[in-house]
Amino acid sequence: MEITLNWYLTLSALLFTMGVLGFLFRRNAIVMLMCVELMLNSVNISLVALSQSMGDTAGQILVFFVMSVAAAEAAVGLALVIAIFRNKLTIDVTQINLFKY
Amino acid sequence: MTASILFFVLATVAIAAALGMLISRNPVNSALWLILNLFCVAGLYLTVNAEFIAVIQVLVYAGAIMVLFLFVIMLLNLAALPDLKRVEWRRFIAFFLGMGLLAMLMFVMASSLEMLPDPVSLETAATTGSATELAKVLFTRYAMPLEIIGILLLAATIGAVVIAKRKPV
Repeated sequence: MEITLNWYLTLSALLFTMGVLGFLFRRNAIVMLMCVELMLNSVNISLVALSQSMGDTAGQILVFFVMSVAAAEAAVGLALVIAIFRNKLTIDVTQINLFKY
Repeated sequence: MTASILFFVLATVAIAAALGMLISRNPVNSALWLILNLFCVAGLYLTVNAEFIAVIQVLVYAGAIMVLFLFVIMLLNLAALPDLKRVEWRRFIAFFLGMGLLAMLMFVMASSLEMLPDPVSLETAATTGSATELAKVLFTRYAMPLEIIGILLLAATIGAVVIAKRKPV
């Protein structure tokens, strides 16, 4: 059976949906950040598959930049989690509701 | 044939690891499942001959970002969050939103099947994915974005230190 581009795109869509589901379902702020990483990764899969099947390097350069932004996002996000934990002693996002209502 | 078997094994493990990340109660287990997922994705990059991106995936994601995650989990000494007593309507809405998104993505993909480009030969793909070819464009055509990414990473590092620093009382 020939593995075509469609399979990579379908896998990417499935993983992206799982990331979205996890982000909406989970209450732990760190696990939510991990789900964001999963979403970024699934987009990377489709970018690399498309770039390789078209023989164009631009997609992989974009993946390189997405990874850098993901690293920056993880660093700042985890720093925010630490700062919130200092104040509230919890990282349950349903308990962090100072700005709600 | 080997490539297709490899794809199916890696894809199945990647999806199973993502599911494991979603349903495990302990954040440490979630992080370990995510690391397995990232390794499988690196293997998938190898199946399309994108060697440079596969190595960077292992180095940056599994090596740097996940260590940061595990370090923060260890620092905060987190246990699993307690169960909620009441019914959460948020979860139902989240489920339907997620399924709607999946349906939408699948529809777009299925409707554009004929428009997908014809794949180039394996030799060309191997050249595009090599570090030599990527470095050529990265340091010529994309030199400016590369510098900006450097500044972004510096700003993120400084920002993270400032945010996480203990405030003087």
